[in-house]
Amino acid sequence: MTKANAGTMSGAKMIVKALKDQGVEVVFGYPGGAVLPIYDEIFLQNDIRHVLVRHEQGAIHMAEGYARSTGKPGVALVTSGPGATNAVTGLTDALLDSIPLVVLSGQVPTFMIGTDGFQEADTVGITRPCTKMNWLVRDTERLAETIHTAFHVATSGRPGPVLIDIPKDVQFATADYVAKEKVKASHYQPRVKGDIDQITRLVELLEKAERPIFYTGGGVVNSGPAASQLLRELVDATGFPITSTLMGLGSYPASGQNWLGMLGMHGLYEANLAMHGCDLMINIGARFDDRITGRVADFSPHSVKAHIDIDPSSINKVIRVDVPIIGDVGHVLEDLLRVWKSRGRKVNKDGLAKWWKQIAEWKAVNCLDFKNSDKTIKPQYALQRLEALTKGMDRYITTEVGQHQMWAAQFLGFEAPNRWMTSGGLGTMGYGLPASIGVQIAHPEALVINVAGEASWLMNMQEMGTAMQFRAPVKQFILNNERLGMVRQWQELLHGERYSHSWSESLPDFVKLAEAFGCKGIKCSDPKDLDDAIMEMIRYDGPVIFDCLVEKHENCFPMIPSGKPHNEMLLGEAETQGVIKAGGAVLV
Amino acid sequence: MSALNITKGSTSHSAYDLRDPYAEVIESHTLAVIVANESGVLARVIGLFSGRGYNIDSLTVAEVDHEGHRSRITIVTRGTPQVIEQIKAQLGRLVPVHEVHDLTVEGPSVQRELALIKVAGKGEQRIEALRLAEIFRANVVDSTLESFVFEMTGTPEKIDAFAELMRPLGLREVARTGVAALSRGV
Ligand SMILES: Cc1ncc(C[n+]2csc(CCOP(=O)(O)OP(=O)(O)O)c2C)c(N)n1
Ligand SMILES: [Mg+2]
Repeated sequence: MTKANAGTMSGAKMIVKALKDQGVEVVFGYPGGAVLPIYDEIFLQNDIRHVLVRHEQGAIHMAEGYARSTGKPGVALVTSGPGATNAVTGLTDALLDSIPLVVLSGQVPTFMIGTDGFQEADTVGITRPCTKMNWLVRDTERLAETIHTAFHVATSGRPGPVLIDIPKDVQFATADYVAKEKVKASHYQPRVKGDIDQITRLVELLEKAERPIFYTGGGVVNSGPAASQLLRELVDATGFPITSTLMGLGSYPASGQNWLGMLGMHGLYEANLAMHGCDLMINIGARFDDRITGRVADFSPHSVKAHIDIDPSSINKVIRVDVPIIGDVGHVLEDLLRVWKSRGRKVNKDGLAKWWKQIAEWKAVNCLDFKNSDKTIKPQYALQRLEALTKGMDRYITTEVGQHQMWAAQFLGFEAPNRWMTSGGLGTMGYGLPASIGVQIAHPEALVINVAGEASWLMNMQEMGTAMQFRAPVKQFILNNERLGMVRQWQELLHGERYSHSWSESLPDFVKLAEAFGCKGIKCSDPKDLDDAIMEMIRYDGPVIFDCLVEKHENCFPMIPSGKPHNEMLLGEAETQGVIKAGGAVLV
Repeated sequence: MSALNITKGSTSHSAYDLRDPYAEVIESHTLAVIVANESGVLARVIGLFSGRGYNIDSLTVAEVDHEGHRSRITIVTRGTPQVIEQIKAQLGRLVPVHEVHDLTVEGPSVQRELALIKVAGKGEQRIEALRLAEIFRANVVDSTLESFVFEMTGTPEKIDAFAELMRPLGLREVARTGVAALSRGV
């Protein structure tokens, strides 16, 4: 008989130990046959908290909200078959938005793989295209090592979701635990330092530029708080204007002097025109997404472009750039600032003064202006009031997908990174509610608000049960237009006002629904009552479903129609007649 | 013109049409990709090509370092220079990929493919097939009174040429390994 080593344990125990050693505090999950041994181990310990979701998609979005608001990887646990397939949307969402996740899935025992066993699915096959990396662990000996490697992969370089598929017999079998420190270094070590010659070239351009602009993205947030700090220093020291993608909001404060607001399809007039008219574009951790560029052939035609990105494949993928810098935003900005300072902190003052004058003219257009009403609540007004009443609070915002999401990005101001979680790349309706719970679990004392559309919100509303069970006092601020508003807007502008299936019928009574879940429901339809209602929501100690009945036919402007360049932006109702040519209709 | 009045090949209508209209030269490149020999890695590489719409003209794979568990994947692909650069960058960021070499730009390289070619025929045709095989330095690895299986190695072009010549002489079947390639010199 061999003496059992102190480090010998079952695969299931190993999983829990490895998670602990990785500093995991919370796992979002849902049990099932293929993960029962792991649930047994979870039952036997108190270090890791398990949050029981109501649907596996919810678990992944919660893990995303947790990850994005803390900078730590989010962890989820799902069973085989349907548990794993339910995770696919969340994995894809995390892949497109570069969110670090470690997802563990159960699998049928190794000897049954390939037999169409009960709840068998080819999970690694199905999730291969929606994970940064995935593994099927066939041997308990490899389990701990694989988990440690998974955390390294999820959080290194451009972050992303990874999945580990673990057959049930591997959970039962025993082997020696491999400590985190004992795992041999992965060959996967993306480069973080930028090329100093390219950085110097960029500094030379900075010194001369007449019409420069910083165009920042989620990469700044992902790089960590130090990167945001360096960005602020750089922007303030150079005096250059800065805009950001949806994903990057908060890395430069909305109250900052040089802030132009968000750019892109529903971005601000001044931000988009500055992008179009600049002579030096400095892309920091953004990826020239099609929501940003509009018609590629006419994208910022007269600028020299620099691009800082940790992912080499982002460079020259969509837009050809003149100064590519591969590296981590934080590291590159540090070097950039150092070189720029050592060369005497030069900028083109005259050029900049003229540039800011031009920008001031664009700002004067007041592109977010809307016709307010004292009879119905305008969605923009609702967000203005939400902003005014919650500004300065320890506040986190999540959103669903649609018009409300764009209005939230336009009308709410973010002073710090990691305070804004939204589904950017995939545009996943149903993201916001579970994400808000994930955020709240990570920040129990904070005010967490999901700015929602009624249609999106219904997609994962079962998670209100999770919010109740785990005392996550999330505020569901639903801008209820009884429409799939964004779809309706496109149908109005692009499809001859034929509103095919874009309204929300048979909606539940949200107040009664709240009561059914055991939380608070608030309904508001009069602009005069709005402030009090919002304050009631904020003050309530528990989850709230806020049914904010808003104007049904409001359109979200500004808008750059698909296939149009930045300088052909629509500002308001009057300008929208017949402006989108048929060509634009093929684009999403 | 489509129903949407979009001129064929025009880039102006589409944010998705990322190719520079002035650089539409399609080039063929041979890539050598060194990967960890783990399950699923080949699927990840192939999935990258199908998922992003890249071409694969030829693909070979085998473990070349048994101790280090490294496989070498040789891929012949086609695209504009920008697409080729994208393919390399996309391959390079896959977690199990250790190295990506573009043998087409990294200096001279040798490319070889092995093919088995079955030709059936009688009389003059049979003699002609055998004569051509000699010229191409193809070996006969199987023969019956009515057929030959030739084995040949060479560049894909050479194999194409030989197979083309065999067509009127009774070509039945061709099996090809795909290209293996190495850079010349050290
Ligand atoms: C899962 C999913 N299905 C479909 C869509 C397409 N889509 C984008 S916005 C939208 C309407 C959203 O309606 P609502 O949540 O009420 O938001 P509103 O636009 O009205 O503010 C739809 C259907 C999507 N983004 N995600
Ligand atoms: Mg709606």
